[in-house]
This record gives sequence, C-alpha cells and structure tokens, in this order.
Amino acid sequence: MANIISDETIEYVGILAKLELDEEEKEQAKKDIGKMLDYIDKLNELDTSGVEPMSHVFPVHNVFREDVVANGDGREITLANAPEKKEDSFVVPRTI
Amino acid sequence: MMKQFETVIGLEVHVELATKTKIFCSCSTEFGGEPNSHTCPVCTGMPGSLPVLNKRVVEHAIAVGLATNCKITQNCKFDRKNYFYPDNPQNYQISQLYLPICRDGWIEVETEDGGKKKVGIHEIHMEEDAGKLIHDEWGENSLVDFNRSGVPLIEIVSEPDMRSADEVIAYLEKLRLIIQYLGASDCKLQEGSMRADVNLSVREAGAEEFGTRTEMKNLNSFKAIRRAIEGERERQIDLIEAGEKVVQETRRWDDAKEYSYAMRSKEDAQDYRYFPEPDLTPVIISDEWLQEIRSRQPELRTEKLERYKKEFQIPEYDANIITSNKRLADIFEETTAICKNPKKVSNWLMVETMRLLKEHEMEPEQITFSPENLAKLIQLTDGRAINSSVAKEVFEKIFAEDIDPEVYVEENGLKTVSDDGALRSTVEKVIADNPQSVEDYHSGKKKAIGFLVGQTMKAMQGKADPAMVNQILAELLN
Amino acid sequence: MSLMGLTAVSLGKKIKAGEVSAVEAVQEALASIHEKEEAVNSFVTVEKERALKRAGEVQKGIQDGTYTGALAGVPVAIKDNMCTKGVLTTCSSKILENYVPTFSSEAVLRLEKAGAVVLGKTNMDEFAMGSTTETSAYGATKNPWNTDHVPGGSSGGSCAAVAAEECSYALGSDTGGSIRQPSSFCGVTGMKPTYGTVSRYGLIAYGSSLDQIGPVAKDVTDCAVILETIAAHDKKDSTSVERKDYDFTSALKDDVKGMKIGIPKDYFGEGLDAEVREKVMAAAKALEAKGAVLEEFDLSLVEYAIPAYYVIACAEASSNLARFDGVKYGFRTEEYNGLHNMYKKTRSEGFGAEVKRRIMLGSFVLSSGYYDAYYLKALRTKALIKQAFDKAFSRYDMILAPAAPTTAPQLGKSLSDPIKMYLGDIYTISVNLAGLPGISLPCGKDSKGLPIGLQLIGNCFEEKKIIQAAYAFELTREYEHCPLAAGK
Ligand SMILES: [Mg+2]
Ligand SMILES: [Zn+2]
Repeated sequence: MANIISDETIEYVGILAKLELDEEEKEQAKKDIGKMLDYIDKLNELDTSGVEPMSHVFPVHNVFREDVVANGDGREITLANAPEKKEDSFVVPRTI
Repeated sequence: MMKQFETVIGLEVHVELATKTKIFCSCSTEFGGEPNSHTCPVCTGMPGSLPVLNKRVVEHAIAVGLATNCKITQNCKFDRKNYFYPDNPQNYQISQLYLPICRDGWIEVETEDGGKKKVGIHEIHMEEDAGKLIHDEWGENSLVDFNRSGVPLIEIVSEPDMRSADEVIAYLEKLRLIIQYLGASDCKLQEGSMRADVNLSVREAGAEEFGTRTEMKNLNSFKAIRRAIEGERERQIDLIEAGEKVVQETRRWDDAKEYSYAMRSKEDAQDYRYFPEPDLTPVIISDEWLQEIRSRQPELRTEKLERYKKEFQIPEYDANIITSNKRLADIFEETTAICKNPKKVSNWLMVETMRLLKEHEMEPEQITFSPENLAKLIQLTDGRAINSSVAKEVFEKIFAEDIDPEVYVEENGLKTVSDDGALRSTVEKVIADNPQSVEDYHSGKKKAIGFLVGQTMKAMQGKADPAMVNQILAELLN
Repeated sequence: MSLMGLTAVSLGKKIKAGEVSAVEAVQEALASIHEKEEAVNSFVTVEKERALKRAGEVQKGIQDGTYTGALAGVPVAIKDNMCTKGVLTTCSSKILENYVPTFSSEAVLRLEKAGAVVLGKTNMDEFAMGSTTETSAYGATKNPWNTDHVPGGSSGGSCAAVAAEECSYALGSDTGGSIRQPSSFCGVTGMKPTYGTVSRYGLIAYGSSLDQIGPVAKDVTDCAVILETIAAHDKKDSTSVERKDYDFTSALKDDVKGMKIGIPKDYFGEGLDAEVREKVMAAAKALEAKGAVLEEFDLSLVEYAIPAYYVIACAEASSNLARFDGVKYGFRTEEYNGLHNMYKKTRSEGFGAEVKRRIMLGSFVLSSGYYDAYYLKALRTKALIKQAFDKAFSRYDMILAPAAPTTAPQLGKSLSDPIKMYLGDIYTISVNLAGLPGISLPCGKDSKGLPIGLQLIGNCFEEKKIIQAAYAFELTREYEHCPLAAGK
C-alpha cells in the first residue's frame, strides 16, 4: 500500500466529518482509505495539464429567482421533525 | 531606545443586502419575527431541498463592486464552505472562494491629517447568513432560530492597507455611505446588518514583512472596533517585547470586559474543504447586464453634493453635512419636494435635528419622523401660523413621536394670535402696567421696547406674532 | 395472471376501461407485498391504509375525468431517498429512522398529478451508497430470481419490487449505475435520463452533480411513459434543464434501420463474464439483423472513471450528509456531553460503515493540501471522459454495452472488498460523470438462471434514440416473469 494513513489523519478527518470511530473501525478505515487512495492515484497516469476542471456537465447558467416573498410562517414545517424543541426553536447543547 | 511599532489592519466586512427575500429561497428577510417563522425547507437545510439564487443579490453585489472600483468577475461561481455549527443548518455555507463576484477595487478615505488614502479591496463575495443562537443564561442548552439563515450577505475583504483605528473607522464610514447611497443595505451596526472582523498584526516600523496576524470577531460598533484594535495592538506588542510569538488565531472581542480571547478548540479545525457548489449554476454577467446596472447606479455622494449647491443653492458647509448621511439626504430631498423650501429644510436638519440627535446619542439612521410632518411644520411657520419658539417645541414632538404638527398645534391651541383687537388690548394693558419701561423708552432707551415685547408675549403665552406685537407697540408708544 | 404481472401501461388501460378498479389494483399489490416481503424485503415502508384511501380517490378522479393519463390508478413504489410528504423517508439509514418529510419530491408530485397511487418506499443501499442493497439499515433486499443473491443497488428495492411483481413500476435514482445495474440483476428495465431532465427537488442528495431519478419498469414502453410523466423543467432545481422534447413515447418505434451503434472494445475486455458478453453481443446482433450498423471502437479512459467517480461522489456526499447532525430532524444519540460529542455520537451511531467510509474519504480528498491533487484531478478526468464520449457520439447514435460485468453476486460476498465491489459499476459510472442517458433491459440469463442486462447509452438529450433501439430489441424477445412472481 503506497498511501499509509496515520492515526493522526484518521483523528483529523474524524474531526472534519464529525465521526468518532472505535479502535477496530479506525484500523479498518485506515486500511480502506489507504487502499482507495492507492486506487485513486491511478488518475496520476493521466496527463490532465491544460484541462479545465469540469464541475457542471452542461453550460446551464444564470438560473435566478425574482425577489418576491412567497413563503409564509414556516414554524410548523420547520420544527415538525425536531429531536428537541423549545420556544419555537431547536434545542442544542450550549455552544458557549 | 523604545522600538516603534506599526499596526497593519485589514477588514472583512459583512453587509446584509436589502432584499425582500433570502438569497436562495422565497422567505422574508424582515428583521424580528417569532423564532423560525421566516423559514422553509431550503433555509433550514431539509433533506432534498435545493437553492435557487435571488437575482437582486447579484445586482446589489455588482453595484457595490462598481462603486468601489472593483473588476467584476463576469464568470463567477458559488462554492461550499464546510463546517459544523448549529446556526448553519446544512453544516456548510454557500459562499464564494474561487471566483468571487468582485475583485481588485479600492476606495479613498480621508486621513487624520486631512490627506487622502486609498484602501484596496481584495474581493467582494456573496454568501448566506447563519441563524441565531440564543443561550440560556444558566441552562446547559442553546436555542437555534433560523430566521436569519439564508439572508443575503456580501463580504468585503480589504487589503491590509490600514494603519490605525482612525483609518479603520474612516474606511468603514466611507464604505457604509457608499452602500447606503446605493440602497444595497441599510448598514445598521446595532442590528448587525453591517459587521466587521478585524485582521491585525504589528511590525517594527520600517520592516518589510508583515507580522503574524490575528482575526477578531464580534465587533458591533465603531467604539468596540476602536477599543478592540487598540487592545489587540497592545497585546501583540507586549508579546513581542517579551520575546514571545503572536499566534495566528481567531479571537473573540468581549466589549464589556474590553478583552479578546482566543476561540481555540480541537473541534474547530478551520479546514473548510471548499468545493464548487453543485446545486447552483455559474453566474455569467454579460457586458449588457453590467452596463444596465451601471446605468441604474444612483447618484453617489459627490454628485449629490454638487447638485445640492446648484439646484437648492444651499451653502457648501450645509450640503456637506446633509450628504454625509444617506438618511439625512433622503429626508432633505423628500421634505423639500413637499414644502419647496430647501433653505428652511436644511436649517431644520442642520440645527434642531443635529442638536436632538446629539442629545439622544442617536445616529441619523434612527430618525423616525416623516418628511411630511417636517414639511407641514415648515409650512406652518411660513404662513406665520406659529412663531419660531412654538415651532421648536412642536419639532421636538415630531422628532420624538412623529406627530402631525397641524393637529398638534390645533389641539394644544398653539396658533399665533394675529387678531389685531386681542393683541391691541393686551399691549395696552402691558403699557399701563409698566410705566417705568414706557418712560425709559421715551427718554431714549429704545431697548426698553424689547422688555415690553417680552411682557406681551408672556401675557399671550408665546402665541403672538412678534412682528405684530412690535408694530402695535411702536404705534401706541408714539 | 396477477394484475401486478402486467406492465403499468396495460394495467392503466384496464383501469381506464373499467375492467378493474384502482382499489382492486392496490389490493392486489398489497397482497403481493404481504406474500413476498419476507423473502424479498424490497420495502422499508408500506403505506397500506394511505394507498387504499388514495386509490379510492383516484378511482373517483378517473371516473370524473380528473385523471386521464396512462398511469392513473396504477400502483407505484418509490425509492426511499425521495421525500414523500407525511410518509417516512429514511434513505435506509438509522439516522433518518423517524424522518417524516413535510413536502414531496417533484418527481413524486408529478406522478401523483397523473393519478399514481404510492404504495410505499423501497429499500436501498444506505444513502444510495452501494451496489447490492446490503448496506441498508433495514436489512438486505434479496434478488427475486434467486433469493441467495443480491438484487444489485442502490435501487435494489425498487428493481426487486418490480421484478417480484409487488408493484407495477417504481422510481429509482442513479448516481453511478444505481438504476441500471440492479435492473440488469433483477431482469427489469430501468432508465437513467440525461442529467437535469427529472427534477432533483426532494431527492435526498448523495452526489448532487451525478444524481438523477428515473423509472424502473417491466418494459421500455412503461419507461417511456413514466419518464414522460416525471420529466419537466423545475424552477426549484437550478440544475434542471429546459428541454424541447418531452415526448419520449413518440420514440416507441420498431425501427433501427441505419442506426449507428458503437461497441466499445474496452467494455468487452478483461473482467467481463463470458456469459454476459455472449448475451450482450447476441443482443447487438439482433439489432444488426433489424438494420442497425454495428462498429467496434475504443472509447478509452474506461479505467479512470471509477477513481474519478469516487473522488467526486464522496466529496459531494461528505458535504451533503453533513446536515444529518441530530439538530433539526432524524436520529439524535441518547447521551452526550456537549455539542461536538453530540454530533459525533449521533453520526457515528446513525450512519452505517459504507456511508462512514465514503464520508471519511470525501472529507479527506477535500481537506487542506489534497484538494488539487484529488478533487481537481478528478474534475479534469471527468472533462476528458466527457470529451471521449463527445467524440464517440460524433460517430455513433448510441453506445451498446453490458450494464454490469457479471450477473448478481451472492449475498454477503461483496462488501468485504470495496474496490472489487466498485469495479462492478465500471460500465455505468462514466455515464453519470458525463451526464448521459442510459437504459438497461433484459437480454437473457446466465447458466444459473440470473438475468443479464443490455445497456444502451445515448448522447445528452438523446433519450429517444436509445428508447427506440431498446424498444426494437425488446420486441425480439418475451418478457420473463421471475420464479418468485410466477409463484414457483
Ligand atoms: Mg464569509
Ligand atoms: Zn427559506
């Protein structure tokens, strides 16, 4: 395996992705990501110099909305699935 | 010898755009409202919802870019900025990193020594605002309200061209004036529709390289910005003089404690993993569209100033002050349009309005009276229906409660008494009651007439027309 | 024959003619589901009462002329990643175990406007990440042709439900082959339209730049009719394309004379099962016999599609799935200590292994220092792949290929080696990268009795060409009911 994923990398990616893996999962993830990256490194065989990265397949552009209010009170639908709510707001663990 | 230090400051200014709806959905941007009442699946990140861009946002952003001498990116795109926080419903913010809508601009500000200085604008990008977190004073929870989530913002990123708190304030004031004039935002610092993050570093005077900078957030008044800059400058100099290093970090300014503290946590990796937003298409700004926006640009301050002097013949000094604030200028023009008396309008704004603003520690943006009522007041004085001291009293009421002066004057019986008979009998009584003054007058002390006018006004409870009083007195005494 | 053994269009005709009612159709569907679910597990949610009530309303609407379309009264199953107002929508994930959307996806709304009766929500790989429907949090779906085998994925539930005749037709979604590959494994016809043809509004995103909703049905005619019903420009989806042609059924013609069909040599090389090759080539010959012109060619870049796809899809997924955090909807962990712990525990408990693997990979390739090397490289590769297809379509009306290199693997044999599993999507993935339309339809069985799928790939917005060729080919063979549906 050419790509060796360190414990620190797994830890760091876990912080970015908000995922917490147990020891076993961590080892598996290190192996899996390493293997995937080895596989992805195949792309380096391709000479892509001078090629524009393509994010959209078609030249669709300028899709706009007019500035007109169309939505009314959204409290009910917004809070319909809230795991915990209070005073028409979502409840989360204290942030500061 | 003590080392000399130079402060290097760049600003990231967030401005809420004056649109009716949010940037990616048709929810209202109106301030206030019950928590989560101005929300929908899009601005709360419900699974399956998709954003659609508000055209006005692009036009406002271009207008600000043009007014700040920026190059407009005619092929611009949106990107996702990924980070977890409860006020950020999708846990990514739709923003612009790779192709922001405006780049490489500048504005000119006046420095303390009366000189002029260009402050560079690195870029302006469009993005969505976050929701609001309300913290339980003692509890262990925070509450999330998404009413502000998705309100359109532009972020104006300056070059590190400022060297003092004064320059920073001058830059912000200038920026605010331009944006207000464009009608792109009301730029109210108190309500958070204009917010600044300060990037600051210090270096030894004459040094080529910049020092390590910190970013300070949570600055919501010019006062706080000034104090934060001074505090952070000192903190960094102290570190350097103690042989320590400034750490590049984000700090939060606590204006009550006049201290900034680092917002450091293992969980904030500050690695935003930007990538092109796949749910939105590129924005292509044609030359025609650009021209159209350019031709719609409203009159900016300098043009307005010139026009005021020419069209309304008001002095440069007055025009300068009135155009220094968009709200004042708007009131001036609207009032003048009704009462056709620019000099009087200017006078009311320059003297009484300024005095009351100062007295109440208010900004012109907070003015609540309507041009209609000021115009009516001016018409009342023009028609001599009330005298100037009554007018001042009525204006205070207009300023405070926007009352209708006609109704108020009527209800409180403040109309000037110009009935010749009633005045004449009062004057006769005053003459009879003050023989000493009459004698003084006849013996050449012409000033004594002033006392008699005063006595008459007092007897008339201030409602007499002073010119008539003078006339009748002169007649009866001679 | 059971009403569910009919194509959607035939059943629709019977209902319209008054031979059966929409309620009777739903009752048969529900009975069929009741009978087969234990063996197949194609549904996450069956909305019995709601479907019956709705069928009654639709029946009235058919009689009073409200519903006149071909699909009025016909029961449909919806993949569980499309939002359905008031009906549980889980993406086959624990993290959405209790999520009841407050709005319906645009595709479902369009079906309902045409009088469709939604039976329930079909099983899938969790968040559409997988090729076997084994990563579902609600148990694997089995292949109705042989329940020891997988149905393919990620729209395995939709394809199995159609094959098992639990519904008349279904909607699936296709990010890297998720309609075409399970259609191939289950012996049904599935189609992925050109990107932008069907609104993605209400489709819970996996890879936003690749996802497309499409029909899963018993034949090409059904696919054309369903696509005609769900395809439309939608102002709520910025990537929705305003097309000129939505008349897909006009392409249902038995005529391939002079059509130029390109056969990419690189799709028929190493890794392709011999029986699959044989049946797919036989299908090509059948089209040639009807007057099509076949030509082999080198498509090139085939081996780069999968790595490029995984970078792009995982990167987008890592961001799309960030919203599942236990704050606004769905599952929230029981106990936690502070905000970040709540996030981490919720997500670690709520997502399955494959989803976590892809989120981790996606977060990594976008992280500081790797973006250019991985993400931009993948987008550049995508541009080259698009160019390769452009070149091919300058010479051919369509491309003919297998839908998958093998027939359906046995249950439990795929997940241990992700890369091998990913390789199973080699003939479908580049179609998503280039935004092209593709259809998969049965063209035979292997010696184990498992279906083999033929794939036809068209140029952007040229669905009609592949529908026409697929229709012409379909006429050369009989529809085969799977043993489970036939009651064997
Ligand atoms: Mg920003
Ligand atoms: Zn909204």
